Amino acid sequence: MSRTRVVVTGLGTTSPLGGDVASTWEGLLAGRSGVRHLGDVAEGLPVTIGGTAAVDPTEVLDRVVARRLDRSSQLALVAALEAWADSGLEAATESGDLPGERFGVAFASGIGGVQTLLSNHEVLLEKGPRRVSPIAVPMLMANAPAATISLKLGARGPVNTPVSACASGNEAISLAADQIRLGRVDVAIAGGTEAAIHPLPIAAFANMMALSKNDGDPTTVSRPFDTGRDGFVLGEGAGALVLESYEHAKARGATIYAEVLGTGITADAHDIAQPDPEGRGGARAIRLAVQDAGVSPADIAHVNAHATSTPQGDVAESLMLHAVLGSAASDLVVSATKSMTGHLLGGAGALEGVATVLALHHRTAPPTINLDEQDPRVELDVATKVRDLPIGQIAALNNSFGFGGANVAVVFGTVD
Amino acid sequence: MSTEEIRAALADIVNEVAGIPADSVQLDKSFSEDLDVDSLSMVEVVVEAEEKFGVTIPDDEVKNLKTVGDAVAYIERNRAA
Repeated sequence: MSRTRVVVTGLGTTSPLGGDVASTWEGLLAGRSGVRHLGDVAEGLPVTIGGTAAVDPTEVLDRVVARRLDRSSQLALVAALEAWADSGLEAATESGDLPGERFGVAFASGIGGVQTLLSNHEVLLEKGPRRVSPIAVPMLMANAPAATISLKLGARGPVNTPVSACASGNEAISLAADQIRLGRVDVAIAGGTEAAIHPLPIAAFANMMALSKNDGDPTTVSRPFDTGRDGFVLGEGAGALVLESYEHAKARGATIYAEVLGTGITADAHDIAQPDPEGRGGARAIRLAVQDAGVSPADIAHVNAHATSTPQGDVAESLMLHAVLGSAASDLVVSATKSMTGHLLGGAGALEGVATVLALHHRTAPPTINLDEQDPRVELDVATKVRDLPIGQIAALNNSFGFGGANVAVVFGTVD
Repeated sequence: MSTEEIRAALADIVNEVAGIPADSVQLDKSFSEDLDVDSLSMVEVVVEAEEKFGVTIPDDEVKNLKTVGDAVAYIERNRAA
């Protein structure tokens, strides 16, 4: 029996670069930074910059809808609605051609509704328990973004929330593809979201020495693969991809952006926060994804690297690519999205999944900014300006690694 | 505060919480049936009303507040007390 093929038929995002796919992609190609000063909210903190969402989700969503959602769910809903409209599937759910039972959601968040939790804690301390919001729990629960999308779009299949820190968004793509491959659903919205730009997470990430303390021009602080990198920059936003079985997409004449060829998920079992210095777990994830995809290293023309701009992680990722792809690792074009967006944590793998799919679709790799002097230990062809990708059948790899030792790799391919 | 002032202030809360146009929040309207205020939204309205009007509305009392008029009357009674 041949395996069910999974394709991408809709894309959505709201990011530090723009409130939708078009503006975000334009920002990525232009090499624009979405990192800025946070203003009063960051007063007294060791880090005062972040990649805040370019468009406040409350400006886009209905007021009553927005006030019942944590910011992470607001961002998720904006991205999912764009992807859903892009897929053209709305008519199929209305006509009954796509029953809700055949439609699922896998939508991740790294931290959950932390802003709702903390603002209600302030209310508890200042005004007492009676004033804690009766909707605090459905707002802050980890599966709120996935549930919000299910509720809004009528998805009645599996509605999952994979949580693996900064690998969560990519894991959601993998999980959604699995649900389609297993025949449980025909369509699944995959994605990830995060809204953790708040003094407490900033202080916590800064104290674990994960964030850059560079107090120069905010747009130059996130510098993956550069010798001057010293940690990541927090970002917020969401990415969403409509995944669909190839047969279902073909039957309705859908626009197909790319195919999900293969996925790999592993754990380091090395340290709760540090990556394995040799990147062995990450390499295994990439190897599994390439094997699952059935492609050869030479087919992979592009890598959207996890590349958070930390001293250790960026070097480890280069080691992984060489360990798995051999000499082909030097031939492919690498882009580091976080140089422009900062690190969206649970949203990162999803936003970068959207970018990977667009790179294949347009056969164009976005640049990596702030790469003034490439770390010599990073033996990769990192794009510093917009680069063309080859014609013909090509594949691209999206890497995500997270605290807890989580590693997720997804291989996408072009579809003729 | 007059009955009408209490109704108007309550209507603003219902509008804020549930998006119902304030001028449709009239004394004879049922929260759940006419105004489509669900149970969690009703708790939000109650908590906001407690702060706004300086009253306490126990959980057991909430189920008796079926109409806007019920709520306004309860607030009037308990403010006066």
